Amino acid sequence: MRTGRTARAGQYVALLAYLVFLAFPFLWLISTAFKPPRELGSLHPTWIPRDPTLANFRQAFDEQPLLHAALNSLIAALGAALVAVLLATPMAYVMARHRTRLARAATGWVVVSQAFPLVLVIIPLFLVLKNLRLINSMPGLIMVYVVWALPFALWMLVGYVRAVPPELEEAAAVDGAGRLRTLVSVTAPLLAPGIVATAMFAFVTAWNEFFFALVLLKTPEKQTLPVILTHFIGAEGVADLGPLAAAAFLATLPSLVVFALIQRRITGGMLTGAVKN
Amino acid sequence: MRTRLLLGCLALMLLLAGCSGGGDSAGGRITLRFQSLAWQEESVQANEELVKEWNASHPNVKVDYVQGSWDGVHDQLLTSFEGGEAPDIIHDASDDLADFAYGGYLADLTGLLPARLKSDIPQRSWETATFGDGIYGVPFLQEPRVLVANAKWLKQAGVRIPTPERPWSWAEFRKITERLSGGGRYGVAWPLKEPVSATLNLSLSSGGQLFHRDADGKVTVRFGADDEVMPRTVHDQVNADRSASPTTLGSGGSDTLPGFFGGRYAMVPLGFSYRQQIVQQAPKGFDWQVLPAPAGADGLTQGVSPQTLSIAEDSPHKREAAEFIDFLLRPDNMVRLALGDWMLPTGTEALKDPALHTTENDWATGTALAAHLRSAPAQSVRGYPEWKDKIATPAFQEYYSGAIGLDELRERLEEDGNLVLARYQR
Repeated sequence: MRTGRTARAGQYVALLAYLVFLAFPFLWLISTAFKPPRELGSLHPTWIPRDPTLANFRQAFDEQPLLHAALNSLIAALGAALVAVLLATPMAYVMARHRTRLARAATGWVVVSQAFPLVLVIIPLFLVLKNLRLINSMPGLIMVYVVWALPFALWMLVGYVRAVPPELEEAAAVDGAGRLRTLVSVTAPLLAPGIVATAMFAFVTAWNEFFFALVLLKTPEKQTLPVILTHFIGAEGVADLGPLAAAAFLATLPSLVVFALIQRRITGGMLTGAVKN
Repeated sequence: MRTRLLLGCLALMLLLAGCSGGGDSAGGRITLRFQSLAWQEESVQANEELVKEWNASHPNVKVDYVQGSWDGVHDQLLTSFEGGEAPDIIHDASDDLADFAYGGYLADLTGLLPARLKSDIPQRSWETATFGDGIYGVPFLQEPRVLVANAKWLKQAGVRIPTPERPWSWAEFRKITERLSGGGRYGVAWPLKEPVSATLNLSLSSGGQLFHRDADGKVTVRFGADDEVMPRTVHDQVNADRSASPTTLGSGGSDTLPGFFGGRYAMVPLGFSYRQQIVQQAPKGFDWQVLPAPAGADGLTQGVSPQTLSIAEDSPHKREAAEFIDFLLRPDNMVRLALGDWMLPTGTEALKDPALHTTENDWATGTALAAHLRSAPAQSVRGYPEWKDKIATPAFQEYYSGAIGLDELRERLEEDGNLVLARYQR
């Protein structure tokens, strides 16, 4: 019994340490965002700013079009998430339910495609988009984000589809439901948590993405938040730390809020049916 | 069902393709795109104001100001060049131009620039942006590496304060840092996260060239006695005298500032523009001053990679772009840009401006060093980036930390290094 309690306490300590480890950068970011320049140069930094200020936020908003960039990021991320899910869901269904050679080849290709480094694809991609007149356009950026997120999104969704027992669909068919009816009324609700998780993945990937946005968007009014954040960084990594931290903190909030809102649904959905009663 | 899905996907793709953002509209007059990497508030403001002034006085040649980013600029430009979508006027640094110049992406400015600008910027600065027979960028802002010192500490220690006229020698610098050290405090903190450029640039003071070009134009690395002076000083300060902090060897310049403000380090070698951060972050009453870097057999000479303005080879309006650059770099305007970036202008007329000769924030000390700045070694050497990343950076890092000695450093820089360079010079 005593051993059990000790083990449990050890688990909690380990969990706490892990949480602190995960939260440390974000907490430090918040702390930095509210510190005046002189505190940023202190040899003995404190967690709680001694003289908290909003000046970094004011400066960040004064110097850069953060709200406009955030709106651009939101459009790109929502667009990418929506299109990725719309494309990936039927594809994943086919790959999971019909184990043909084509499906196996497609799965292999999904894995292989993850191995291509960014720098290898960026110039051909740029040329393709230029021919489609999609350089410096939000649809072009969304298309790239969709393509970039699609392999992993597919891989995720295939797993979710496989977790839905085919017997349920067969039962619906026995009850007289057509293929479309079965997909909409039986499969789709069971896949909802997976679809939400996949959409979240695509959203966060696109929200945080920097390099494609840097290369593909030319005009300032179309730039996204990660690109704007680098405007607080100079040559050789010298940074205007206070405003950078303030802007980065604000840029992190949407992802956190979305996760906080739906994380229970995701985990709840994932656990549904895990145990046979 | 499958057909419907396929049609749906196809329609979506077509819809996306049809929603193109379109290109720049000339609207009957020339429009130039100027990608600036200015990032500090005053600097961005100065650039925007100058573009506004140009647009007001040149109704037929409109300049669009685009704020770029130092982060990833090389890849961004390379992709834009390859895709034929590069900005007309490009702000970059001279050490980033070699690939673009040799690759034919940048216009040779030799015949485009007016005589005024050519004669205003000294030859030693033009050399930083000269590749082969052409000039591929106008060097306009530069910064020497200086010693930022805790003035009170140095005064209390009673050491001789160096000036540009009477700088410390490397040997004197070593003795003084030893004298300033003790009790957990160090005479100097070298921020050597990027050890290669710092080492090569400062080694010019002792005549270190490292890269030697033979009659065929082939470049080889030779790490001779002149090249040893600066690295040996740093190595001995860290490992023998304990007068340089070993913990900052992997740090960037900004990382050393808290220790500097907190009285842990008496001096920090930094770029001249770091003064802005120091002004912002130093505790009230903190007494700091700028000192020239130590001098060697070649005096205060040191290498720099100035910021440059280039014109894309694909730009259909090179002449107008060159006129804009000439406007941007008129002496008064160059001073505004320099003050905004806390750097030195390259132009001789701009360097005479009284604002750059004040003792406030030690502008005068830096300005006095301008005549000693030369092209950074190796920036025109093909294969330098690979030599730097794969050979020189780890070799210098290990040498400075005391893991290897001078002989092994030499062997790696020369033997391994020349193998790398040879691949680029076949």
